[in-house]
Amino acid sequence: MPDLRFVIPRQNINREDFASSSPDFNHRSEMMNTDRGFKCRITNIVQLTEQEKLFQLRIVDPLERARFRFKPGQFLMLELPGYGDVPISISSSSANHEFLELCIRKAGHVTSALFTIEEGAYVAIRGPFGSLFPMDEMAGHNVFLIAGGLGIAPLRAPLFWINEHRDRFLDVNLLYGAKEPSQLLFTWQFEEWEKINHIRLHTIVEHGDAAWRGKRGMITDLFNDISVDVKKSYAIVCGPPIMFKFVCGYLDKLGIPMNRMFVSLERRMHCGMGKCCRCMVGSTFTCIDGPVFDYWSVMNLKEAI
Amino acid sequence: MIYKVISKKEFRRFVDLLVKSNSSFGPQQVDTDSRGNPVYQFKPVQTVDEIAFDYTATASSAKHFFLPFREELSSFTFHKDGWEQKISYDAEPVVLVGLRACDISALNILDDVLLNGHFPSPYYLAKRKNSFVIGMDHLPLPDCFCKSMSHHTVTTGFNLFCSDIGDNYYLSINSSKAFNFLKEFETRDPLYEDNCLLVERRKLIQHGFTTEIDVTALPSILDIEFDSPVWEKWGQKCLNCGTCAMVCPSCYCYSLTESFETNLKGAKREKRLYSCNLVDFAVVAGGHNFRPKNGDRLKYRYYHQHRGFAENDNQQICVGCNRCGRACLAGINPKDVINDLRMEKESCLTCVSSSPART
Ligand SMILES: Cc1cc2nc3c(=O)[nH]c(=O)nc-3n(C[C@H](O)[C@H](O)[C@H](O)COP(=O)(O)OP(=O)(O)OC[C@H]3O[C@@H](n4cnc5c(N)ncnc54)[C@H](O)[C@@H]3O)c2cc1C
Ligand code: SF4
Ligand code: SF4
Ligand code: FES
Repeated sequence: MPDLRFVIPRQNINREDFASSSPDFNHRSEMMNTDRGFKCRITNIVQLTEQEKLFQLRIVDPLERARFRFKPGQFLMLELPGYGDVPISISSSSANHEFLELCIRKAGHVTSALFTIEEGAYVAIRGPFGSLFPMDEMAGHNVFLIAGGLGIAPLRAPLFWINEHRDRFLDVNLLYGAKEPSQLLFTWQFEEWEKINHIRLHTIVEHGDAAWRGKRGMITDLFNDISVDVKKSYAIVCGPPIMFKFVCGYLDKLGIPMNRMFVSLERRMHCGMGKCCRCMVGSTFTCIDGPVFDYWSVMNLKEAI
Repeated sequence: MIYKVISKKEFRRFVDLLVKSNSSFGPQQVDTDSRGNPVYQFKPVQTVDEIAFDYTATASSAKHFFLPFREELSSFTFHKDGWEQKISYDAEPVVLVGLRACDISALNILDDVLLNGHFPSPYYLAKRKNSFVIGMDHLPLPDCFCKSMSHHTVTTGFNLFCSDIGDNYYLSINSSKAFNFLKEFETRDPLYEDNCLLVERRKLIQHGFTTEIDVTALPSILDIEFDSPVWEKWGQKCLNCGTCAMVCPSCYCYSLTESFETNLKGAKREKRLYSCNLVDFAVVAGGHNFRPKNGDRLKYRYYHQHRGFAENDNQQICVGCNRCGRACLAGINPKDVINDLRMEKESCLTCVSSSPART
């Protein structure tokens, strides 16, 4: 009797295996093992406000740490074993290969659990995922960095990048708005950014208390005092979705071309790899083609904002 | 591809030996529906006699062998200082007998999405590599529209495909594994007559379709009709049950859940198939739902199925099996929805035909 037992033995698939079979294999995944989390130690936690904490992480394995590279705009999936994983923008400098910083708001199941852990705890990260702010393309231009509330978190990476390559850029303006003065984050860095990096900083709050001596109003009000050279300007806008419409619409009226404005979208995410479809906007995925889109693409994607 | 002809008797002997030596699945009648029609599903089989070769179509698709409803992606064990993550891509080898052309087409589409994209899925790849797929052609059911989607024939994605040409099967052998297995059995090269019979059979199938959907330029119509009242109308009927995505051979969206073991010594990451029709599909922290209305969610399922996403070059991923139409309790089916969208007369805005009857 012939033996028809199925011949392929149990196999351990390694990534090289299908690197050869998929022509479209992306360079991002060649570098890393996308399904396995890099183990990280929480080295520092700073309570920024009641709702926000800044976590400093260090990848435990030296080799993995050396290979972990990201670009401004990208995010990672932060996993707390037993609770789940959440997409978080990388909020530190891409030149800092030792530590990663994540600015996290307490919003739900996983992030609340993250708020209970202490320094020395271990978490896992997967990534980096997503598209980048085109920093090289912006070189030689004026840059407007416009942040609303927690939008400063994804903006910190491009900001650090600009600071490290300050001579490549012309005027750099940081416009930062929040509901209340107490919600302005990273205030301790303001002076450094202004004095050392020559970034023009403009802040505004919606409801200022008595102690607040700065401006009050909407973030677009800040443009009243800034002259914009529309031919030589790029803008990065991060914040709540309504802000995109507002600010980009305003800049569009001023005359900045749509493909020179960049926004970072947020959607629900469960994989970061274009597999779960939870993050779909229009006909594409936020995790792969985003989160950074130029305003023109955003306008053309259904239901993007 | 190598073509052979095998007598039905010999084929049964071959399948019998194959299913006896491996963990195998084939179509079986599991129930009768309210109209008295048999309901088939892929079930474990031990001998060839358990396989209903003359089945119509299974209620669920064969995707569940590759994308199980629940799948453990990794597990964590906790110890004094920290945790260890374990991942295994192991897959048990399985033999699948009797898949229809559209089922295999759907697997090819899943290959495209899950293996050729930015981040190939090793879980899926392990399962796909460890399967032996035998396809069988069949005469279309009255509500099948796979011809409209050009998925009524397949040329890749299977190990062996059988076309029924009377007393014999016309075999398309697409893998060396299948070729080697068949060496032990009596086959012959196709004769001129066999080829004629195959052409006849193909014609019979080709002309057997009674349901057709005009999908010309459908992707751009979906874009243009994004705000069409058609979505509202059909959305009102939708029960948000997600059945359509579960039975669909090419729906692959999922949700991730992480949970602790009861002894708190470990945790596991588990993936569960999900559906964009479920209410909380696009809910983010803070409670904002990017797709709050039934119609928005239903539209997205059609958008994904019939427009296709950048991830697979904007190809449609629906293969036209109408499983979703048959399974939907609210009577929502691709034919009516798409015709509506095309503003065709045959399905007017007020009357909605119920799910088409099966023979
Ligand atoms: C690209 C990107 C970058 C982000 N960067 C930051 C950041 O730097 N700092 C920060 O505090 N938050 C950031 N967020 C939002 C953050 O991911 C959510 O606050 C977080 O997922 C909430 O998870 P939860 O489990 O605490 O809430 P729950 O409400 O319990 O959420 C359950 C699940 O829903 C998903 N989810 C919920 N809300 C969101 C959301 N707004 N976006 C995406 N998925 C969501 C998550 O996958 C989560 O597992 C970012 C989101 C995206 C998409
Ligand atoms: S379309 Fe039908 S099967 Fe799908 S979710 Fe709605 S009611 Fe359920
Ligand atoms: S959408 Fe419906 S008809 Fe199309 S492949 Fe899925 S179940 Fe079949
Ligand atoms: S997060 Fe899963 S597809 Fe984007």
